[in-house]
Amino acid sequence: MITHKHDIIIVGAGIAGLAAAFEAAQAGHDVAVISKVFPTRSHSIAAQGGTAAALGNMEPDSWEWHFYDTVKGSDFLGDQDAQALFCQEAIDTAYFLEHIGVPFSRTEDGRILQRCFGGHYSKFGQGPPVRRACLAADRIGQVMLHTLFGQCLRYKVNFYNEFIVTHLLIHDEGCCGVMAWELVGGETHIFHARLTLLATGGYARLFKVSTNSAINTGDGMGMVLRAGLPLEDMEFVQFHPTGLYPWGFLISEGVRGEGGYLINADGERFMKRYAPAKMELAPRDVVCRAIQSEIKAGRGIEGKPCVHLDITHLSEKTIKERLPQIREMAIKFAGIDPKKRPIPVAPTAHYSMGGIPVNVDCEVLADGKKTVMPGLFAAGECACVSIHGANRLGTNSTMECAVFGRRAGKHMAKLAKRTSFLPLPERQIKAGCEEIKALLNHPARTSVAEIRESLQESMTRNCGILREKRQLEQQLDFLRTLKRAYQKIGLKGLPSSYNLALQEAIELKHMLNLGEAIVRGALARTESRGAHCRTDFPKRDDKNWLKHTLIFMKEREYRLDYKPVIITKFQPEERRF
Amino acid sequence: MEKRFFIQRFFPGKDKRPYWQEYVLHCDSTWVVLDALEAIRSKQDPSLAYRRVCRHGICGSCAMNINGLNRLACETRLADLPSKIRIKPLPGFPVIRDLVVDLTQVYQNIEAIKPYLITKTPPPAKERLQSPLERKKLDGLYECIFCGACTSACPTFWASKHFLGPTALLQACRFVMDSRDEAKQERKKFLKQHPSLWQCHAILNCVEACPKGLNPFEAIVLLRKSLLKP
Repeated sequence: MITHKHDIIIVGAGIAGLAAAFEAAQAGHDVAVISKVFPTRSHSIAAQGGTAAALGNMEPDSWEWHFYDTVKGSDFLGDQDAQALFCQEAIDTAYFLEHIGVPFSRTEDGRILQRCFGGHYSKFGQGPPVRRACLAADRIGQVMLHTLFGQCLRYKVNFYNEFIVTHLLIHDEGCCGVMAWELVGGETHIFHARLTLLATGGYARLFKVSTNSAINTGDGMGMVLRAGLPLEDMEFVQFHPTGLYPWGFLISEGVRGEGGYLINADGERFMKRYAPAKMELAPRDVVCRAIQSEIKAGRGIEGKPCVHLDITHLSEKTIKERLPQIREMAIKFAGIDPKKRPIPVAPTAHYSMGGIPVNVDCEVLADGKKTVMPGLFAAGECACVSIHGANRLGTNSTMECAVFGRRAGKHMAKLAKRTSFLPLPERQIKAGCEEIKALLNHPARTSVAEIRESLQESMTRNCGILREKRQLEQQLDFLRTLKRAYQKIGLKGLPSSYNLALQEAIELKHMLNLGEAIVRGALARTESRGAHCRTDFPKRDDKNWLKHTLIFMKEREYRLDYKPVIITKFQPEERRF
Repeated sequence: MEKRFFIQRFFPGKDKRPYWQEYVLHCDSTWVVLDALEAIRSKQDPSLAYRRVCRHGICGSCAMNINGLNRLACETRLADLPSKIRIKPLPGFPVIRDLVVDLTQVYQNIEAIKPYLITKTPPPAKERLQSPLERKKLDGLYECIFCGACTSACPTFWASKHFLGPTALLQACRFVMDSRDEAKQERKKFLKQHPSLWQCHAILNCVEACPKGLNPFEAIVLLRKSLLKP
């Protein structure tokens, strides 16, 4: 066992993690980033269409309009103090990203080019769509991630790549670091830190068809849950309306932002029946349910569970300059040139609105409400500030990672000077090592892949876009069966170096725990709001459910709690588009 | 359809030498090579090692040598391959295990060219202006995903450990070409002192290998031209 000591440890090397690392390292701190993969492989790389900031480069825009859209997009479940701050800071953050080197696409006069995205409108939702998504062709995630990674190298951030963090090290006095398994070397490392940031991303791999990378298994949230800390609003899982059928790979909302149509088997632009004013640019939850309804009504293309995304009317130049990656993917995977034929698309699991409850300085809340857990921070998709409430707007996630990653980095830099290293919890470390050893020494009596596939298939069927009581209860029973099966996995005889099976076993444990948190939250919430759609309770119920879910796990028992939504400016209203 | 996979296995320190292992698999017509590897690992052999993350050609994790060509496993359709498929790790790098190679050399070379924008003047309140024409100069350069396929295919890289390789040189070009960068002289000085730029023999394997259709050789020529300009 090898022990490392750093002022600040950041788990995860996506946009949030690297933005934090950059700020803390620039302030002169000894920063280490621990990542399951080489940093540029992180899932942020997959973001395509753009990142949100009301720069007004194309037409007038204001952060207040962005604020209203984010509130309404969240179906009024977001916390408005955080949402207002986010929309204001997004503007400076976009310029910051430009200054450190992000190669944004440009307007004729040399400013950042912006395009339309679903849910972003002018004049407090009353005006036409506004171009607010700052773009770099259709590779915003790649350019943000690569730029931040380069700058982290410049400021000598320490990278521990291909290390999977297995446990948080937590005292009553606070968090003092993490335990991790080095994939290549095949051994346990202890990371001792003054402050620890989780930037571990989301959990959309819990579902069978997903835009997410193989690594998006919610590890950070899983560790927080196991440490007895709460998770917030876990039942809100975003399904992206347009995944490339049948793979589920992301086809950016930017395609509709550039003017793409959604078409059913009858050749009809069906969004006119669901969102007559905003059509294809309605928020994702609305478009997603519309597609699902079309498929259910038998209007899927050639009887298959998909519809068409049509950009054949766009010019070759627009497609090649603004959507080159989409074009490449459609050609490489589906054999379809989108200039000539429409792209088959269907909803696909995409994003975790919920996560680790934090305040606006990214401090983890031990009770989910006010009490700060010393030494532990979270930012990005794994955190719940809550900007996105019940439904996230496109382009708000990469910007959330940048805004709150930076906030976390700056805040940690400030605190690190006056925070000491807590002693390492020897008993916890010993128990952690025993757990890994047991996995490695048990003979295999069931397969990790089989349990994972059953989990993904059942979560999609029973806790997907449309939910109801009976199916959610069934899923809860089934999760118990899967958890029992997990006790029988074993990895005896596998090589110690690059043991993917061990990584997947650790991930699966988190996935099973998170699955139960999602289902319990969904079962309790007897209303439909944003991405959470209960067919047995189709209306939003502000009287009883205008509140955040908190879920705790102790000795495998789950407990639900709730906290009010912070409303500062916009009172809940009916959501029409 | 049934496919026969011959996969090179090797665990340095345990195995004396690399060996081929055969797997026979029923594959769906929509599958790519990565789907087959995942199926082999979950159904037949959990000990098989390879890298994979995004599954759709953007993260650059799964570059490997498939029937003699360096490609991304996630983008290579089985329907386009013959019934016998031979898979090796990327050539030219130390093997960690099976299809997982040590890319440290590539990463160090990227770091050596300073892969970040350097500015000296204080930033304006808003963005630094860059015309669409200036921005266009970054096309074909900024899209690199660091998969290592080009450097792995480069005989000059195999022969000389001082050669930075096409991946790093393409990155060097990306920053020299950026109208906003204010360290161009230092960058050029580094490239002038470093033997790399003149070591490339225009074998062009890098161009053939790049899964993103980029042209590292053209970048090397651009850099050479920029050094020759006063």
